[in-house]
Amino acid sequence: MLPEFTKGIIRENPLFVQLLGVCPALATTSSLTNALGMGAAFTAVLIGSNLIISALKKFIPANIRIPAYIVVIASLVTVTEMLMNAYVPAIYESLGIFIPLIVVNCIILGRAEAFASKNGLWLSFQDAVGMGIGFTLALSAIGACREFFGAGTLLGHAVALPGTQPVLLLILPAGAFLTMGLLFGALNYIKARREVNHGQ
Amino acid sequence: MDSNFAIIFSAVFISNIVLSQFLGICSFLGVSKSLRNALGMSAAVAFVMVLASLISWLVYYLFLAPYDLTYLKTIVFILAIASLVQLVEMFIKKMLPALHKSMGVFLPLITTNCAILGVALINIQKNYTLWQSLLNAVSTAVGYTLALVLFSCIRERLEDSDAPECMKNLPLALITASCMSIAIMGFAGIH
Repeated sequence: MLPEFTKGIIRENPLFVQLLGVCPALATTSSLTNALGMGAAFTAVLIGSNLIISALKKFIPANIRIPAYIVVIASLVTVTEMLMNAYVPAIYESLGIFIPLIVVNCIILGRAEAFASKNGLWLSFQDAVGMGIGFTLALSAIGACREFFGAGTLLGHAVALPGTQPVLLLILPAGAFLTMGLLFGALNYIKARREVNHGQ
Repeated sequence: MDSNFAIIFSAVFISNIVLSQFLGICSFLGVSKSLRNALGMSAAVAFVMVLASLISWLVYYLFLAPYDLTYLKTIVFILAIASLVQLVEMFIKKMLPALHKSMGVFLPLITTNCAILGVALINIQKNYTLWQSLLNAVSTAVGYTLALVLFSCIRERLEDSDAPECMKNLPLALITASCMSIAIMGFAGIH
């Protein structure tokens, strides 16, 4: 069922499997709200860029394709930035410089180069939605961990376990590196275990 | 207005570009496996960062601001940086082949290094003057170099450490970066 759509969610997850987009994953996951906002902005830009690049693939000369992709992506990012500024100013403020920096997100350029420039509109759309959801889920997992353990809230609602103190460190920059490191370690462990089980 | 000293100190330590602002993480994790590569990358980043700040500041205040086109800054800056990197690479290849040999491989990667575009945008966001922008770019580059060189020295040792299999490489590198980030936090509050 729709393999191009489902591959981005787990099997080829852009963050956890392909290790792309680490900068926004560290910077915008201090709370679940920020993570979801970043994921939504990222997905919108990715869908737009995949569609436009797939539609224009016959007209973009191979030699200058990278600058052409960058112009398409940068225009979409500018549009997204203005829309967020108008409709969700609180998220726009807290994501700050990381919205314009979606331009240099390697996942978007990577999908344009590796997928949209070789496939049709429908497949590119599926690919973009799948990758977008995969990245948003990965960001939300990190954001939820950091917000729950670091501030004792989820989406701004207090959900702390009774009798515990939140670990403030986790919502500070150091906590981003720590959470990511531990999550990657856990994923490696699970992967190694599964390979052992399959080997038997 | 920030004083010169505040700009330098903040860019090198308090809001270190890598360890507290998370810009340029890809290169930070990617080329920090040996000190040699770390130095090459730092030199290339420093060079492009200063030039990119200069050009983006000029473009913004000479062309975009007078015509009310400031919303185009993301597009214009990234194009300016991409062409700048291309020109610098051609120039170095022609004029300084020895330098190109050691720095060349890192240059194409720099276009998508978010630290460069990040600094250009921060300069505009904070309303820095041309002098302050250049100062900010130089000190940010120093901060980047500091983080990268320290990190690569630690990583060279981590390679030989007896860590659990699943924590080797990236997870351990991220946890090390977390410890370095805690160390940088010690500077917070100094202004």
